[in-house]
Amino acid sequence: MSAGRKCARLYAACQIRTARNHSQPKATPLTSSSDPRLAALESEAIEIIREGVAAAARPVMLYSIGKDSSVLLHLARKAFWPASPPMPLLHIDTTWKFREMIAFRDRMAAEAGVELVVHTNREGVAEGVTPFTHGSERYTEVMKTAALRQALDAGRHDIVFVGARRDEEKSRAKERFFSLRDARHQWDPRAQRPELWNLYNTRLRPGESLRVSPLSSWTEADIWRYIAQERIPVVPLYFAAERPVVECDGQWIMVDDERMPLLPGEVPRLRRVRFRTLGCYPLTAAVESDADTLDAVIAETVATGRSEREGRLIDHDGESSMERKKREGYF
Amino acid sequence: MKTPAPTPTPPTLPLVLCGSVDDGKSTLLGRILHDCRLVFADEMRKAEEDSRRYGTQGEAADLALLVDGLQDEREQGITIDVAYRSFETPRRRFIVADAPGHEQYTRNMATGASTSDVAVILVDARKGVLPQTARHSRIAAMFGVRHVVLAVNKMDLVGWDEDAFEAIASDYRRLAADLGLTDVPAIPVCALTGDNLTRRSDAPPWYDGPTLLAHLETVDVEPPAAGQAFRMPVQYVNRPDPDFRGYCGRVAVGTVSPGDRVRVMPSGVEAGVESIVVWRGTLERAARGDSVALTLAPDVDVSRGDVIAAAEDPLEVADQFQTRIVWLGDEPLTVGRPYLVKLHACEVGATVTRIRHRVDVSDGRELAASQLELNDLGVVNLSTSRPVPFAPFDQCRELGGFILIDRVTNATVGAGTITFALMRAANLKWQDFDITGVVRADLKGQRARCLWLTGLSASGKSTIANLLERRLVAEGRHTYLLDGDNVRHGLNRDLGFTEPDRVENIRRVAEVARLMVDAGLIVIVSFISPFRAERDFARGLFEPGDFHEIFVDASIEACAERDPKGLYARALRGEIRNFTGVDSPYERPERPDLHLDTEKLSPEECVELVMRELT
Repeated sequence: MSAGRKCARLYAACQIRTARNHSQPKATPLTSSSDPRLAALESEAIEIIREGVAAAARPVMLYSIGKDSSVLLHLARKAFWPASPPMPLLHIDTTWKFREMIAFRDRMAAEAGVELVVHTNREGVAEGVTPFTHGSERYTEVMKTAALRQALDAGRHDIVFVGARRDEEKSRAKERFFSLRDARHQWDPRAQRPELWNLYNTRLRPGESLRVSPLSSWTEADIWRYIAQERIPVVPLYFAAERPVVECDGQWIMVDDERMPLLPGEVPRLRRVRFRTLGCYPLTAAVESDADTLDAVIAETVATGRSEREGRLIDHDGESSMERKKREGYF
Repeated sequence: MKTPAPTPTPPTLPLVLCGSVDDGKSTLLGRILHDCRLVFADEMRKAEEDSRRYGTQGEAADLALLVDGLQDEREQGITIDVAYRSFETPRRRFIVADAPGHEQYTRNMATGASTSDVAVILVDARKGVLPQTARHSRIAAMFGVRHVVLAVNKMDLVGWDEDAFEAIASDYRRLAADLGLTDVPAIPVCALTGDNLTRRSDAPPWYDGPTLLAHLETVDVEPPAAGQAFRMPVQYVNRPDPDFRGYCGRVAVGTVSPGDRVRVMPSGVEAGVESIVVWRGTLERAARGDSVALTLAPDVDVSRGDVIAAAEDPLEVADQFQTRIVWLGDEPLTVGRPYLVKLHACEVGATVTRIRHRVDVSDGRELAASQLELNDLGVVNLSTSRPVPFAPFDQCRELGGFILIDRVTNATVGAGTITFALMRAANLKWQDFDITGVVRADLKGQRARCLWLTGLSASGKSTIANLLERRLVAEGRHTYLLDGDNVRHGLNRDLGFTEPDRVENIRRVAEVARLMVDAGLIVIVSFISPFRAERDFARGLFEPGDFHEIFVDASIEACAERDPKGLYARALRGEIRNFTGVDSPYERPERPDLHLDTEKLSPEECVELVMRELT
């Protein structure tokens, strides 16, 4: 922990508040389904989901329990109404998810009437791989990327829906709606298929698969506006509340259970925080915020000067860390 | 109105940045984002760190690094693949496709251009209009981009010289006029400093037009004409239970309401729209761009790839087209080679039957061509394996744009637009006669089939074919033997051994074999047939079970040693070109119906195995 970074973190948090105080909320409160832009994004996403399922022998939807997954699941339900989505949900459980997320996951899968497959890399657990003992990079490789490969191989899934958006990160801005993975689930950014109009080439050789991102064109603000418009349930961690946190490298980390190692004399403090993105709790930083309603979250999202993935510690594992993880099969 | 109207959300404008390498496209986008304060603080910090490592701007941050998202791109200082970036100003929302300038990555530029309404063409003020500028402009125009704006960049490096600017602008307008683009505004800019991007520059006193951003915020992209007939390609048939059949798709053009009469193409069957089903309800009307599900009454037969169209104005159906094409494959486009075409939700076999011409990208001249190479533009005739519903591209992007897929590598090798149908499929109907192939075969007391022997020269095909036919005739069967060498003396006398000719050679033989099977014969084909795609094409001509791919396998060393005609010796001496196995590839069958290893089995044993395959 460096004092300099700590200060920067506090300064940043102040800035968010300042920005919010100075600007009027730009978001339009949405009460009806009248936003033509959201309607266009919705129609595009549904078209892509149907196209993927039409081409698939064994489709699956990755379900991370976050806001993007919630929107993706909602769109899949719309795409196949009155039927249930004709594919299972796959959750990679690292065993380090926020407790609130797990309860929410089971409820949503049941409500959507879809099968939920939960996979954990048991070898990783047996080896005792945790974010605290092995570092975020090694932990992500074993408990997320390798776990995902295991689960996709076991299910022999050819079409894999994911909730990735191009505005999240600049290497994701380079990815196609239908992104080819080789038999080892690796992405070759130099050999992407051209993707013309809405004509998706879904032909695969044995072992190959496609990661399909129906939310590619959506922004973080679009996601929140759509959640508000459609009244889609999301995990309460997205809304501001008093939560026990400690400071790590200038970021607020929530102490979600007793496994969080504390420094000598360190005591979790109660702070009014929320999460812009949800992952494993030791690797997902909270932001200080008073946004405890959807409208307030939308207003904060529009006004913020910082990117959503700043709170994802694994994105900062060195130069091009996201691209490298994606090449290895991370989504 | 009871409630106050919500602030109208600005419609999204998809646009593509084009131009040659190093004209400054990524820098321009990075600068616009930066100057509109649309860059997050942590993104900017990362770009500044990257600038110290890879930057080309000395102490200043290299803003191209905000959008060059791949490590290779940052290291090499070029854009390899298209990046999509959404941003919003108070007046409009944009999705910008930042396309690579290198000719090598034209396929990625085409990807970005295909979904754009507006193209910003960048030109370096010192270099003027380059061939790649012209190539990008032609691709954008071919893909239906009707609004082009010219940004002459790096004006600071020519001292904001008005004459230099005007020369480039008039040069470009000549090219644009050739592409049917009449109104092309030109703006002098400097992406590095941001002059005339988002703020007016004082530097050129002679320029009094809008900034680039102001132009893009106000450019009038007309909505598609109203009153067009309804068309919706069917993507997916939703059948959760026997009582519900929803035809899912996205409305390509027009509107639809319950009660409308529709016709399902290509079958032409008519029905009424019963309901428009969406999540937990129904709609009274669906319009262009809406993803919906239709139920029909009566419930006629509809599959993925069909198009549901207004009954009073049904869609054309054809299997021969004149098309424009941009070739994206590493291997050249070859006439006669079987590809797959994907047109709306319809995926069918297709071949290019003729290359009418290649287009010189610089000046638009029509050049004779026997092949199209990577990044070439051309006009070709396309033939599909069955009639498909379509609309000319300039009438409907969704029903007239297609991609070509290589059957072996699965790569997307071409993108094209349908200009018109060469011959309406209705004029060339397959005649149904009372006497069918099965009747003819029954009369001979046999089942007609095609036994396709493939393998290297001297692998033993002719020997086995000869013994096999003798055996069949001895058992009272009616046969015919098509042998490579013999057919080349007659039917295929006009063909050589280049790749296009080999493709055509096999196509003709396969078609002849099909006619003979239809005549009730057992046809033995003994051809090297080295390419997997052509053998797959041949298989596709027959009913399942009527075609047997028999791999006559011997190693190249064994064949060269047998060499009954002395051909290997001559090929190895370089006296014969394009000889399979020596300087032309043989693609081994992956899953033949029968595999005969002639290094282990005698010809008699091989025939025995074939006879067993037939029972």
